[in-house]
Amino acid sequence: MTMIPLLANTPIPRDLPLPLPLPEGVLTVLLVIFFLVHILFVNLMVGGSVLVTFFEWLGRKDARWDRLAAAIGRTITVNKSLAVVMGIGPLLCINLVYTMQWYSANTLTGHAWLMIVPLVILAFLLTYLHKYKWESWSQGGWKWLHQLVGLAATLLLLFVPLIFLANVNLMLFPGEWEKVRGFFSSLSIGNVLPRYLHFIAASLAMTGLFLAGWFGREGHEIENTPGFTRPELRRIFYKVAAYVTLAQFVFGPLLLFTLPAAGITTQLYIIIVSGALVGLLTLWLLFRELKSGDDRIGRSYVQICVLFSFVVLGMGSGRHVYRQAALAPHQAEIKERTVHYAAALAAFNKQRAAAPPVEQTPEQLFMNCAACHAPNVKLVGPPLTEIAQIYAGNPDGIVAWAKAPGKKRPELPQMPPMIHLGEANLRKIAELMLEKGKAAQ
Amino acid sequence: MDFPSFYMDHLAGGRLIIGLIASLHVLINHPLAVGAYPLLTWMEWWAHKNNRPDIDQLAYKITFIVFIVTTTVGAMTGVGIWLSTSLFAPFAIGSLLRVFFWGWFAEWLVFISEVGLILWWFLTWKKANTPEKKRKHIKIGVALSIMSWLTMALIVAVLGFMMKPGEWNQTRAFWDAMTNPLYAPQLGFRTFIALMMGAVFVWFATFFFTKKKRGYEQGTGPRQLRNWVVYRMSHVVLVSLLGTYLFGTWYWSAIPETMKANSSVALLTQEFMSWHGQFQSLLGWTILVFAAIGLGGLGSSFLIPRWALLIPSLMGIWLLGHFERAREFMRKPWVIGEYMYSNGVHKDELAFLQSEGLLKHATYAKHREVTEANKVECGKDVFMLACSRCHSTTGLNGVIEKFTTMYGADKDWDSSGMALFIQGMHQTRTFMPPFPGNDKEAEALVAFIQQVRATRESLPGAQSTGVVVAPPTAPPAMTASSQP
Repeated sequence: MTMIPLLANTPIPRDLPLPLPLPEGVLTVLLVIFFLVHILFVNLMVGGSVLVTFFEWLGRKDARWDRLAAAIGRTITVNKSLAVVMGIGPLLCINLVYTMQWYSANTLTGHAWLMIVPLVILAFLLTYLHKYKWESWSQGGWKWLHQLVGLAATLLLLFVPLIFLANVNLMLFPGEWEKVRGFFSSLSIGNVLPRYLHFIAASLAMTGLFLAGWFGREGHEIENTPGFTRPELRRIFYKVAAYVTLAQFVFGPLLLFTLPAAGITTQLYIIIVSGALVGLLTLWLLFRELKSGDDRIGRSYVQICVLFSFVVLGMGSGRHVYRQAALAPHQAEIKERTVHYAAALAAFNKQRAAAPPVEQTPEQLFMNCAACHAPNVKLVGPPLTEIAQIYAGNPDGIVAWAKAPGKKRPELPQMPPMIHLGEANLRKIAELMLEKGKAAQ
Repeated sequence: MDFPSFYMDHLAGGRLIIGLIASLHVLINHPLAVGAYPLLTWMEWWAHKNNRPDIDQLAYKITFIVFIVTTTVGAMTGVGIWLSTSLFAPFAIGSLLRVFFWGWFAEWLVFISEVGLILWWFLTWKKANTPEKKRKHIKIGVALSIMSWLTMALIVAVLGFMMKPGEWNQTRAFWDAMTNPLYAPQLGFRTFIALMMGAVFVWFATFFFTKKKRGYEQGTGPRQLRNWVVYRMSHVVLVSLLGTYLFGTWYWSAIPETMKANSSVALLTQEFMSWHGQFQSLLGWTILVFAAIGLGGLGSSFLIPRWALLIPSLMGIWLLGHFERAREFMRKPWVIGEYMYSNGVHKDELAFLQSEGLLKHATYAKHREVTEANKVECGKDVFMLACSRCHSTTGLNGVIEKFTTMYGADKDWDSSGMALFIQGMHQTRTFMPPFPGNDKEAEALVAFIQQVRATRESLPGAQSTGVVVAPPTAPPAMTASSQP
């Protein structure tokens, strides 16, 4: 059943013994689609924040950039909330399909994983502060503070994706888990950093394309971005999208060639290369738009978006194909181990059910008491010698007490009731106690 | 559990962290999302109907606060419950996701619409400048209020599911949760306490936006505006108070039945009875305080000072917190009723592990067999696997503290007595899962505890020191009898 032999120290855990709620293939398709929707909004949130910070800084010299930054800032409020809520679907799917790898990666980077919650809250609060204080914090030192708030929010929003990326990356390489000592050390496994660069560039390109449409649309109130004409705005953001996409032709291959061999297949190359070819076509359209005059710029926007979606779908699928191939042997081993364990367990339980129930001897029953009552030393409760004195010839007294104990001794914790053992058993224990206590005297 | 163990020494595995995140979430979700959205929508509607732009503006300003808090701390603590549970109890959340997938999925869809609607409602408020647009805008508020309530209704179903004793196992069907005897009273209680607290919140927030200013027309000044809000919110408080009381009492009287089904053992019941009594008196006091505030508000908006509004809010928070503890309570020793213990051991594998050994089948453990030489190391792994989800070593709910109470701080602890106790403690402490290992492993655990007692060394989790993968078992655990 094993495809490629795994490293010797690869952990092969037992899977949860519950069936998946949907066929694995369906969940996988959902995972890829939900993830792409999520990452789209994450891209717009991260890319938007970077551009806001940058343009606000340009705005110190030329106020129209400041207005443009404020206008971009208003889109982030919506995009960041959608990024969070759309993240739940892919999280749900990855938890199901890659249960054993995903949770393990979460734990191994646990501190950082937990920090996602406060860091994102802080980033969002700062984003709101930045947005709603734009007018009132516009002079002198206040403007500096305003820019610092924006910068802090942006840095946080740049950092959080790294935590997710570290997890997405780490889950692929169970053979390396033994080397991990927390989040930062997990960054040296696989190729997190090239992935991160690729993601940041994608965020900027996606945001550029989105804003070219957002500010280029008929409904955009141009007085909100004074100093820019609609074609100018289109051109600015087309440029962002075009040049960053061009840079992806460096970051992309860097990512591909630094991928550990584990999941590299011909299928992966076919998908990635086709995606890149559509990317080239998109790039050609983008540059053609940039060259055209103000009256014509923006006419291919829809085509560019459609082509771009195909590129993203290609990269998303490629990513998944790699994961599937990289984890196939591990998944197979886990399945085998789970099946073996279930078989052994079933055999054991069958045998146990078939065996006649054995009545417990008084000695065995006494084990319920022995942790607290020793023959002649006081442990948690009084020793048997003392009990034998108090209840000499009165085992029923012990039974009555054990069923509903009170609190007699202030220095000892109260005894819990033992009624669950049953009256007959309690009687056996009581007799044995008296016997033992007497013997120990 | 066959996952690496996230563990924070001193914090007892980290239930405290899940608890804090979850409580914060409930404290934001109930008064603000479930309680305040419908009230603010109603204010917007009233303002529109009676042509009172000042009330509309006030509603907008309060919505701004609600918007900021719910879309940051509110949303992220909701996700945070999941993220933190993934660390502390992956076996439980992983199993629940597989069984209740459609519940979670539906919850997600409702949540998406809730977030979409709050963004839409708040961000288009100022743009709704014609009567027609305003009517549409109010409808968005109505939809938002419904979706917020639905989110809560679904989550309560999922929570009830985890507790349903016995049946979960056999049917594993989502709709079972709805027939849980606690579902209706719980949902009703939450709905009305949310409205009650939401009303007090709107009232409280109003004070900040109705400070005296000149330039208001006669009859619409800040004082009149405050009167308007306080008078109406008092009504909401008084009406929801009745609902809180009725559903709270229903819940209070339904709970012992469920408890009985869960555990007939006296000790747990004792502990539970004290909770039960506290809940009743806390409910009574909370209702009294809210009633006082509500009646005071009916009289005059200036009778109740701003700070006094904090009292019912704190009482409400306290009551909700106490209420949430019930869930934790009734679950023990299970994390999923009659299916999985709180340490991740399945009910049906318990005897198997006790006979074969916990370490033999563990993935993240250093050794497979306990020997004299590796005893303490094995004990450490046993502690991680079997105890660390609820106990720390020397910190919160620490095993050292527990044994000190039993055996004393200044005496030697008898190792064989401790091992016996560990293997039988579920009999007397029925909230404890049974020890899921063999005799040698119980002894190893004791050896580890004794060493911790002597050295007070801290125990790091997998998030700091990583994992050790046990050497593979010689042949697969296939026994002769299991082969065809």
